[in-house]
Amino acid sequence: MSSNKKYWKSVEELNENSSIVETLKQNEFVSEIPTDEFLGDKDTLESTATTRRDFLKYVGFSTAAATLAACEGPVKKSIPYVVQPTEIIPGVANYYATTIADGFDFASVLVKTREGRPIKIENNNLATTHGSANARVNASVLGLYDSLRVQGPKKEGASISWDAFNAETTKALTSLKGSDKEIVLLTQTFASPSTRNLIADFNEEYGNVRHVVYDAVSESAAADAFQKKYGKRGLADYDFSEAMTIVSVGADFLGDWQGGGFDAGYSKNRIPDHGKMSRHIQFESNMSLTGANADKRVPLTPTQQKLALAKIYSLVTGNNVSVSGLPEQVEAAVKSAAAQLKKAGSKGVIVTGIQDVNAQTVVLELNEYLTSKAFSPKTALKTKEGNAQAVTQLVEDMKAGKVGAIIMSGVNPVYTLPNASDFTEGLKKVQLSVAFSMKEDETSTQTQYIAAAPHYLESWGDVEIKVGHYALTQPAIRPLFDTRQFQDALLAWTNNSQSYSDYIKTIWNEDILNGASFNQALHDGFYVSEVAELDAIDTLEDKTTNPEMAEAIAPAAAASALVSSAKSNGLELTLYTKTGMGDGQQANNPWLQEFPDPITRTSWDNYLTVSKADADELGLMNKHVANGALNGSYANVTVNGVTIKAPVMIQPGQAKGTVGLSFGYGRTAGLKEEMQTGVNAYALYHNFNNVQNVTIEAASGEHEFASVQLHNTLMGRGDIVKETTLEIFNTKDKKHWNAVPVVSLNHEETPVTSPEVDLWDEFDRSIGHHFNLSIDLNACTGCGACVIACHAENNVPVVGKSEVRRSRDMHWLRIDRYYSSEVSFEGDNEKKDNISGLGSSLSEFGEMEHASDNPQVAFQPVMCQHCNHAPCETVCPVAATSHGRQGQNHMAYNRCVGTRYCANNCPYKVRRFNWFLYNGNDEFDYHMNDDLGRMVLNPDVVVRSRGVMEKCSMCIQMTQKTILDAKRDGREIKDGEFQTACSAACSSGAMVFGDINDKDSKVAKLKEDNRMYHLLEHVGTKPNVQYQTKVRNTTEA
Amino acid sequence: MKKVIHRKSSRNFLRLGLIVLLAFTTSLSAQEGDPAKGKSLFNANCAACHQLDKKMTGPALRQVESRLSDEQGLDRDWLYSWIRNSSGLIKSGDAYANKVYNEFGGAAMTAFPQLSDEDINNILAYTAEEKKAPAAQAAATGAAAQTTQASGGISNEIILGALAILFILLALGLYLVNKTLRRFAAAKNIELELETGRKPLWKAFVENQFLMIVVAIFFLLSSAYFAYGYLMQVGVDQGYQPVQPIHFSHKVHAGDNGVDCKYCHSSARVSKTSGIPSLNVCMNCHKSIYEYNGETTPEYSKEFYDGEIKKLYAAAGWDDAEQKYTGDSKPVKWVRIHNLPDFAYFNHSQHVTVAGVECQTCHGPVEEMEIMYQHAPLTMGWCINCHRETNVDVKDNGYYEKIHEELSKKYGVDNLTAAQMGGLECGKCHY
Repeated sequence: MSSNKKYWKSVEELNENSSIVETLKQNEFVSEIPTDEFLGDKDTLESTATTRRDFLKYVGFSTAAATLAACEGPVKKSIPYVVQPTEIIPGVANYYATTIADGFDFASVLVKTREGRPIKIENNNLATTHGSANARVNASVLGLYDSLRVQGPKKEGASISWDAFNAETTKALTSLKGSDKEIVLLTQTFASPSTRNLIADFNEEYGNVRHVVYDAVSESAAADAFQKKYGKRGLADYDFSEAMTIVSVGADFLGDWQGGGFDAGYSKNRIPDHGKMSRHIQFESNMSLTGANADKRVPLTPTQQKLALAKIYSLVTGNNVSVSGLPEQVEAAVKSAAAQLKKAGSKGVIVTGIQDVNAQTVVLELNEYLTSKAFSPKTALKTKEGNAQAVTQLVEDMKAGKVGAIIMSGVNPVYTLPNASDFTEGLKKVQLSVAFSMKEDETSTQTQYIAAAPHYLESWGDVEIKVGHYALTQPAIRPLFDTRQFQDALLAWTNNSQSYSDYIKTIWNEDILNGASFNQALHDGFYVSEVAELDAIDTLEDKTTNPEMAEAIAPAAAASALVSSAKSNGLELTLYTKTGMGDGQQANNPWLQEFPDPITRTSWDNYLTVSKADADELGLMNKHVANGALNGSYANVTVNGVTIKAPVMIQPGQAKGTVGLSFGYGRTAGLKEEMQTGVNAYALYHNFNNVQNVTIEAASGEHEFASVQLHNTLMGRGDIVKETTLEIFNTKDKKHWNAVPVVSLNHEETPVTSPEVDLWDEFDRSIGHHFNLSIDLNACTGCGACVIACHAENNVPVVGKSEVRRSRDMHWLRIDRYYSSEVSFEGDNEKKDNISGLGSSLSEFGEMEHASDNPQVAFQPVMCQHCNHAPCETVCPVAATSHGRQGQNHMAYNRCVGTRYCANNCPYKVRRFNWFLYNGNDEFDYHMNDDLGRMVLNPDVVVRSRGVMEKCSMCIQMTQKTILDAKRDGREIKDGEFQTACSAACSSGAMVFGDINDKDSKVAKLKEDNRMYHLLEHVGTKPNVQYQTKVRNTTEA
Repeated sequence: MKKVIHRKSSRNFLRLGLIVLLAFTTSLSAQEGDPAKGKSLFNANCAACHQLDKKMTGPALRQVESRLSDEQGLDRDWLYSWIRNSSGLIKSGDAYANKVYNEFGGAAMTAFPQLSDEDINNILAYTAEEKKAPAAQAAATGAAAQTTQASGGISNEIILGALAILFILLALGLYLVNKTLRRFAAAKNIELELETGRKPLWKAFVENQFLMIVVAIFFLLSSAYFAYGYLMQVGVDQGYQPVQPIHFSHKVHAGDNGVDCKYCHSSARVSKTSGIPSLNVCMNCHKSIYEYNGETTPEYSKEFYDGEIKKLYAAAGWDDAEQKYTGDSKPVKWVRIHNLPDFAYFNHSQHVTVAGVECQTCHGPVEEMEIMYQHAPLTMGWCINCHRETNVDVKDNGYYEKIHEELSKKYGVDNLTAAQMGGLECGKCHY
């Protein structure tokens, strides 16, 4: 039946006589198409000699010519050395031991070089001194190939020669000799015996030299407290592997607290051994990495933290300090913590991150009182020598015109000082200003001379990380540019013709080595002197410039002072450093910019972390937009009259009444445009105190975050992250806390691991190697070193903020972070199990999506699980992904046609698709798109092209190399030889890689461990990556 | 007076004669040795540092003895002691010994105490030989080569020419026969039947549908076959033989002189790349090998090869006359012949050291290649075939012991192929 319906396009059509309707019937377009406009100027078009036919001819010919030219294969040149260095064999990597000491990160590392190019940083497992390569240190190799480095010395923006630089600066310095104006050396913490000597030489030469050590992120209060107590300046060393009870009051000791590097020791006691593991109680305001790992986390404002610390002191030592004002629940938690600490005695330790001399004194006293084995003031750390007071004084003196010359090295005060404008003003009054810098950064562009400084991989150096523990820095490549290091300039200024390397050698042979071989020390990268075993504190320098420092504070008085100083009005801001960015030195490093923060899982940004309650009160919000990305409102943050506008991230676990903001972002000078992200929190770093009183109001606009994971909860799905408590772990059978999932077969419950319920036939994998990676969720702190190591090893591209926002991040290895919706994951499970009926499930499941105010946190590194029964392999239409006998799931990129079926069929979502040609597209202006940055690429791993799928290969290039080395030597492979980039980077021992067919191997034993489970085991994929159930020590007292 | 003079002169003449006689005897005594034996001794002991006509690490030695006695008045005894223990002679303060020592940069000559007087006599006999005229020799060999080639050329041309003439004659004959027959026919008034009304063959062919279909299928199939063949060879550079900046003859080095491949391509033993030798490796030998003395052809003459050695010297910055490096080097930009795509991982040491595969298996008869070319197709099929057919060399290799025993039991074979060891898995070469 046909219909006579008439469809109206417009009301106008109802009017039969409408002229518009009539006109529209005649014309296809309402108005004339402006062809002339888009074809260009009509006159030119008419006068041009090129006709349409000619144009088509040109197009035709050029296409044909291009096609013909493409038929010819490219001629590749191969240029050998003229004289090949004996230590270099093309295609074989060399390793050099060196030390990073950039003022923020100090670590002994190995540098992997290929044909003379450093391409990767690895842990120096020989050096057990302190710390290992964290995410930033792993990424630091890329800084060497930064295309924005200063390539030679400059004077007022114009290039000059080093000879001219030396002549001019020496003249200026000599003219200051004997004048009343000072020469100031403003440097990072070098902690270098040789540099210390050099500066002494320099002082001798010019007389009126002042050396000011400046740490961008200050630990001055802790150093002051240490100096007052022990008479010398330094920081107490902690070895958490000696502690069974750890109480932290605001100290992010798994992060960058007091120089960082404590995580490896911490992890040792976190793995339950004979039913025992350490107990960790954390009081803090921001949700930090440390808090996320704690067994018990109590969110407290900084003011309450002071009270809590005083209370703990009072309870443990029995010195009565009256503390009031703590909420009842907190009071109970503090009491319990104090009791546990007291009970632990020498097996207990307490640390604090409160930037207050009294607080730090109380902690030193408490640890002394406990005779804590983890606490070691004797081998004091020297990596944070900065003195906040001296820096403040310097800025004042500069403004007053008392400074004649300022020479800076490793610092960027115009960016990192809260009163940067004062500093810039003072800089103008200085006759001679020199900045040793790798970049034309905020400071060096303000000085007269930029002395182009080399990267640490091109430099010589030495460092005394802690008393008696020395390390050497040696160049792994010749300087790429016309650079000179600060120490070489000091030698030139003191008319010393020695090279710095010789100078170091002399100092070491005379003062440090005590007869040991310098070459051996250089080979190892470190040297531990016997002094370290003795009472070494006396070898610390006495830097008492201020008589105040000589007076020790009475501990009880310190505690009372702490209580009386604990006054707050309004919101409190805690400034912190992010795992990825640290103090911001490496802001131009795309690996670190794209590194997702372990807690917020957000890359390319810093943000104001606010608790849910405060956000509601202030009218701040986070919302998910249509493509699944996160948007947040802006807030104006005001401290002492300085206001910055920062995006807001609502952070579960943030203490109510507090906010957090990270350093290291908001840089603008010497950075590519893409890297100019975030806001500069140093502007709020008043008095070098990381806690500030702050006023916050909502601001207009909406910020787009690039998060790789939202604030997800686990929703009681224990098959993703399995966890239990120590009590259950010790007392109950495995099936209670780590049960293998079952399915129904003939109405009988059958474990999914049994072959009858499997779709696939089992292959015999008992012959040859069978690789497994074990990840211990108890030892994993979520530090992310593995993520960057994977980036460096496997040429993983950086995709940029907008692509990450579209969920197109390329990380082969991610560290998932889950929150609990109840107070604990166990609570979640209970709640889920008790849901009954539709009504209840609708509301309660909805509730469970939201993280708790103080949630439990679990980290889980996830990479390709290399399933023995892999769902991806069966759906590939071109067989581009297949299984190897050694257990690895292979991916042949050149075979892949990009259907992405495999990614859709992967239950773990670990496959990454190349949406673009990231290594040859100007839109992605990161290291893979310039010749310098490409030098970091690993030549053993192919750089993937557009349109192919990629994923973790279980570092098959490394396992194959290990096998080949053994074949060449004609020997069997020992346990521990097989490594992946992530397992080699993991200093906490969470990742263990090896061959399970070698029954004596560590990983084979871990596979039989009761804690072992597979991710989403019920899917039946039989992965070759195994996890060890997380056990929490929730036992109170 | 005249007489007296005469007498004196005659006496002088006699004296001169005696001297000449004496000199003759000494030169006779120099030739006491056997130059042929001397040559082999010279090549074995002296040639590393000395040449007859060219200053090398040590001085040129042509007629060293006569020159020494003429210029320095030193006799053979001095040479004995110098050759057997030069440093002793220098230490003893001998003036000329010290002079030579200093002239050649204070490098003492290796002592040869094992050489007997007779050996030294032989060597000296060899050095005393006159220099042969090289130009005439070259010309002679050149001419000889020409004649041989010419003779070969003529015979071929004659045969071809004769054949061509024969064919032309045949064609001409047929044409003439035809013409004559037609003339006869015309003369006898015989009408030649013209073929009329018969369909041309092509038309019949076109109208035959069956034939057309068969032909079309044939054409489609054959064009598909050729298109496939064409496409499959895209990117396969088998036989690729680019012109190199220096004409390096593998034939001369690896073939004629039997230099081991891995002497120059040493990283093939331990690395994934075989390594193109750096110029200092070339100079290890070419410091003393400054000219080509092997077989020559008109295309590759001695001058040509010597010129290429000069190119090497220029690149390495070696001053042949002064026997020292100038420091002005120019790296050689070789054209890479064997190009594997980035996505294929190949490791030389796995094949060379572990498997013990001969270089020639993949690279062909390199020792016969005047100009190097790509012997193998380097396609994946080619790799795979070899992996399927080649047994793994497990002898005396601790790594393979256990796995080979277990796997061979599993597959029921004595020797495992590379494929059975897992050499066909994608991820072994693609990562």
